[in-house]
Amino acid sequence: MFGYTLEEVGNIVVMQGFSGLSLFSVLLLMALGLAIIFGQMGVINMAHGEFMTVGAYTTVFLSKLAVEYDFVKSYFVFAIIAAFIVAFILGYVIEYVMIRHLYKRPLDTLLATWGLSLVMQQIFRSTFGAKEVSAELPEWLLGSFQPTEGIDIPINGVFVMGLALVVTVSVYLFMFRSRGGLRVRATMQNRIMAGAVGINTKQVDRVTFALGCGIAGVAGAAFTTIASTGPTTGSLYIVDSFMVVVFGGAASLMGTIASAFGIAQAQSLLQFFMTSSMGKVATLMTIVIILMMRPEGLFAAKVRK
Amino acid sequence: MNVLSEKVLGGKQGALHLAILAVLLLVILPLCLDLFRLGLIGKYVTYAFVAISLVLLWGNGGILSLGQGMFFGLGGYCMAMFLKLEASDPISTKIQTTPGLPDFMDWNQIVELPWFWEPFKSLPLTLLLVLVVPVLLAFIIGMAMFTRRVGGVYFSIITQAIALILSILIVGQQGYTGGVNGITDLKTLSGWDIRTDSAKYCLYFMNAGLLILCIMLSRFILTSKFGMLLLAMRDKEERVRFSGYDVARFKIFIFCVAAMISAIGGAMFTLQIGFMSPSFVGIVPSIEMVIFAAVGGRMSLIGAVYGTLLVNFGKTIFSETYPELWLFLMGGLFIAVVMFFPDGLAGIYEKYAPHCSFSMLRARWLKKVPKVTGERQ
Repeated sequence: MFGYTLEEVGNIVVMQGFSGLSLFSVLLLMALGLAIIFGQMGVINMAHGEFMTVGAYTTVFLSKLAVEYDFVKSYFVFAIIAAFIVAFILGYVIEYVMIRHLYKRPLDTLLATWGLSLVMQQIFRSTFGAKEVSAELPEWLLGSFQPTEGIDIPINGVFVMGLALVVTVSVYLFMFRSRGGLRVRATMQNRIMAGAVGINTKQVDRVTFALGCGIAGVAGAAFTTIASTGPTTGSLYIVDSFMVVVFGGAASLMGTIASAFGIAQAQSLLQFFMTSSMGKVATLMTIVIILMMRPEGLFAAKVRK
Repeated sequence: MNVLSEKVLGGKQGALHLAILAVLLLVILPLCLDLFRLGLIGKYVTYAFVAISLVLLWGNGGILSLGQGMFFGLGGYCMAMFLKLEASDPISTKIQTTPGLPDFMDWNQIVELPWFWEPFKSLPLTLLLVLVVPVLLAFIIGMAMFTRRVGGVYFSIITQAIALILSILIVGQQGYTGGVNGITDLKTLSGWDIRTDSAKYCLYFMNAGLLILCIMLSRFILTSKFGMLLLAMRDKEERVRFSGYDVARFKIFIFCVAAMISAIGGAMFTLQIGFMSPSFVGIVPSIEMVIFAAVGGRMSLIGAVYGTLLVNFGKTIFSETYPELWLFLMGGLFIAVVMFFPDGLAGIYEKYAPHCSFSMLRARWLKKVPKVTGERQ
């Protein structure tokens, strides 16, 4: 097959599969935030990628501090929390200033948040420069281990995957096993009724949006371990993560995970066997065709509309 | 005949506005500006085609396509392929290993003309394909999406993804499409050198004339019964469907018309500017064209043209002097227009031009409405 021996193909599949897993983790983190904002609230946040970039820049900034004050070994945990908090606060403010006026006009939210993403990109460019920057990674994140000869698995990938797992579980617990999540779901399903039983629905909107942005911030922190960050980094992932959410079925957590996995793996494997651009084209094309045949996505939430 | 002119021009007021625009584009600007600046205006006018198509599709139909750039690009590419084949005749490409092929194919070791380039050897076929290819693509997309009742934001996201696919495809298949540089070095159209000053003037007038024609065509569509249905579908799609209309077909039709108008703009762009590149196909140009329509007024055909001219003029001026500020301004414009002026310039004009008879009519009509419902009760 393609001039490789069977064993080599096996190794390639494992290694590309693993690099697909790192992509999967970042995509999943991005898509989780989007699934909350888009799936639950129906708001199209085109600036979602920029919230990820905010998280990434926060991490880079903290890593610079860490190098200066010599706590490189442990800073990354703080960086993740800081990325979440910064993106959360920013999301909260944006919801208050902008998004809440546009809930009744979903197409207009799309345009307004696109404008927001342009502004944010320019802010990044003016503050941090147009060049890509990367975080100073602690030693325990570098290097790789080899389970067998010919297979090389980078540790940062494993770490990102673990992080994605933790965040996914937390989101699940929050959404389906906590009072806060109950309030969110109640508000999104029936706003008037939720208001009538004493839920502050406006507050819920704000927190939900901010939460989605915060998770994008964590995605940014995770992103710094596998690539460097530039002002337009986020915009590279925005279409992909929207595809993940739509493909998975907008309101379904399981669907989001499955489709992030499928898209990342397909992209990563196809990009090895075809050229990089054709791999991406083939993946996106498949998704679009499947979506045309099954517009509600893979795992459609069974709700009456 | 009278009825037809009424419909095409949109009444006295519409005819006046159209005449003002025509005079501005065809008389005032060519007299006031030098050829370089006029060329810029010509470029903006080609974008205005897309803005008009978005007024039809988005303002009146409620269908936000974030992939209009791909129709613009396809129209442009079809035109560019013809011009490129003409520019790379065996004599002027004799230093290549395979004379007679476009230069980028030679660089990418392609020795034979790919099959989909063949039709672009003839001008009539090319002119036909400029319209047919984008319309066909729009038809397929529309068929797949609208008959399955995919609408609203899902449609926007999917058209955006398709625009992304097309731009990656064009960039990736360098040997067949010219890659990221696009198709450049275009010289003549059936022997007529398009780079001379007289040709540039000629193309400018042709372009502006076509724009006026497209506005009239769109006006005709909007004032017909179909236009009313379009508005009704935007506001209460279910109700139109339950009244027995096939909503999907109407949507496919308007999507195809919008694709065709955008494609004409693209072809005129190639002729005037002399190249076509994937940077007009992808996500960013597509969404920028939406903002042109939004600034001008998503409901107003003529407003959209002014919006396009103004935004692009601003872009040229600001990106020349303060390149950093431009993105701030553009982003801010997006947010401000959407949040505070959803009807754009045309909305502001209608609000603050009380002497114009159209708004008086509207005010009178608005006053009447509660009276009518009062009688019914």
